[in-house]
Amino acid sequence: MSFDVARVRKDFPIFEREVNGHPLVYLDSANTSQKPVQVLDVMRAHQERHNGNVSRSVHTLGTESTERYEAARAKVAAFIGAGRPDEVIFTKNSTEAINLVAHAAGQLLALGPGDEIVISEMEHHSNLVPWQLLCERTGATLRWFGITDEGRLDESGLDELVNERTKLVSVVHMSNVLGTINDVSALVARARQVGALVMLDCSQSVPHFPVDVRELGVDFIAFTGHKMLGPTGIGVLWGRFDLLSEMPPFLAGGSMIETVTMGRTTYAPPPARFEAGTPPITEAIGLGAAVDYLTGIGMDEIHRHEQEITRYALEQLSAVPDVRIYGPASPAGRGGTVSFGVEGVHPHDVGQILDALGVEVRVGHHCARPVCVRFGVPAMTRASFYLYTTTEEIDALARGLDQVRKVFG
Amino acid sequence: MMLDGLYQDIILDHYKHPHGRGLRERFDGEAHHVNPTCGDEITVRVNADLSEISYDGLGCSISQASASVLHELLQGRDAHDAGEIHQAFVELMQGRGQVEPDEEMLGDGIAFAGVAKFPARVKCALLPWMAFKDAAARAGVEVGASPEVKA
Ligand SMILES: Cc1ncc(COP(=O)(O)O)c(C=O)c1O
Repeated sequence: MSFDVARVRKDFPIFEREVNGHPLVYLDSANTSQKPVQVLDVMRAHQERHNGNVSRSVHTLGTESTERYEAARAKVAAFIGAGRPDEVIFTKNSTEAINLVAHAAGQLLALGPGDEIVISEMEHHSNLVPWQLLCERTGATLRWFGITDEGRLDESGLDELVNERTKLVSVVHMSNVLGTINDVSALVARARQVGALVMLDCSQSVPHFPVDVRELGVDFIAFTGHKMLGPTGIGVLWGRFDLLSEMPPFLAGGSMIETVTMGRTTYAPPPARFEAGTPPITEAIGLGAAVDYLTGIGMDEIHRHEQEITRYALEQLSAVPDVRIYGPASPAGRGGTVSFGVEGVHPHDVGQILDALGVEVRVGHHCARPVCVRFGVPAMTRASFYLYTTTEEIDALARGLDQVRKVFG
Repeated sequence: MMLDGLYQDIILDHYKHPHGRGLRERFDGEAHHVNPTCGDEITVRVNADLSEISYDGLGCSISQASASVLHELLQGRDAHDAGEIHQAFVELMQGRGQVEPDEEMLGDGIAFAGVAKFPARVKCALLPWMAFKDAAARAGVEVGASPEVKA
């Protein structure tokens, strides 16, 4: 069956509403995605009919909850090509997943002065500040890849930047500002040469195109449920099982132990070791339902649709006078997230006028201030797309930008 | 259109033709404030007698026009009057559109009455005013209100 955006949209109740008297035009999926009724129904049914705590009850409800929670883990594992479900750790979001690695892998690597961590200028603050803090704690040095004028990762200094002192490299798979999809094959090969671990922030990639952790050849990836049709409050850390088994815990408490005496504790194997306390059970099950939904449509189909929308958006936006697009100018090697500026108008004002027309975009520094600084602006306006985005919505955006130019012209 | 309340001509005029923009060399107190959610920035400098209030910044029409209006309203006032005007502007901004502005006291500042109905923008309008308050305090002048901004 071929991809039919009109049919997809019927699954999302939010598209029935209006905003400020106009049909909702939701162009902020890179921030958070909308939820299909299939996900909402599964979560509601779980709460109404199966609710119990996981991994610690012998009763029927507890067993049903545990089965559903673990089934969600298996779905997520299959979705990203993980070798086994035990490599999938449920966290609160991407941010927590990255912090987990910064603490636990940081400790495993016994970092100290002279060691180096490498990130990039393209990072979301979530994949930047945890590494700054790790370097502060250990005396290691933080280094980073720059961004080229086209908005791509500048790998020209790869062999010098990733060297014998490098212990871990963590970069974004797809930029939440520029839309750039980073081909990390050269970076991974170089990291392997020098024995450094590699983490990818897949917050913007896993929701939008097929991601296979074995093909990528990395050690850890992080992503977040609410950007992939799932609820907030659930994220994922995937890690290679042998590495996870060596890592010390991050948060401590119930469920992550093997045995506890008053004097000392031994820890459960992964993933339980990294899931202290009662997890977001309903949210994990909701994420499992989101994975089912995405798989049902097909990630290849979704990517193809977003490529078409992106091509159309790039054409339409470049035709608006005074609009400057940041990031790759053609759909090749980029995803459906387009940031731009309107000459002479601050993004806040752009966003406000668009909102009055029902067009929801994000404005600001997008939690990636260094990217804005790199392009010499304090803020940008960003339109981001998903499987439910239509060309009519791009037209509404372009019309809105005409209105912006009228008010501020 | 509901945006008329926000983008009054007076605000757009101040944005396009700001009054008193550009930092003066001589000052007794300076403050730099940023709005971390959107990246707007402003630096305000004042003399101890408020005879000079200068500023420079990057930001949206609301924050930049607000700085221009602040300059117009407060420069050359004594600390008591400046304090009253400051208080009145902060109250207007926090009134959720329910406060009737006093034109005699607030001059062009009354154009911001509509901004108060857009909670996400109240912080923009208040940014220069909060920077001014800190700059004045550093120059030894206590003025104005400290709002609890719940936007
Ligand atoms: C690239 C990237 N990394 C990390 C995050 C953080 O996601 P979360 O806030 O769900 O932890 C985001 C989303 O805001 C993102 O776009």
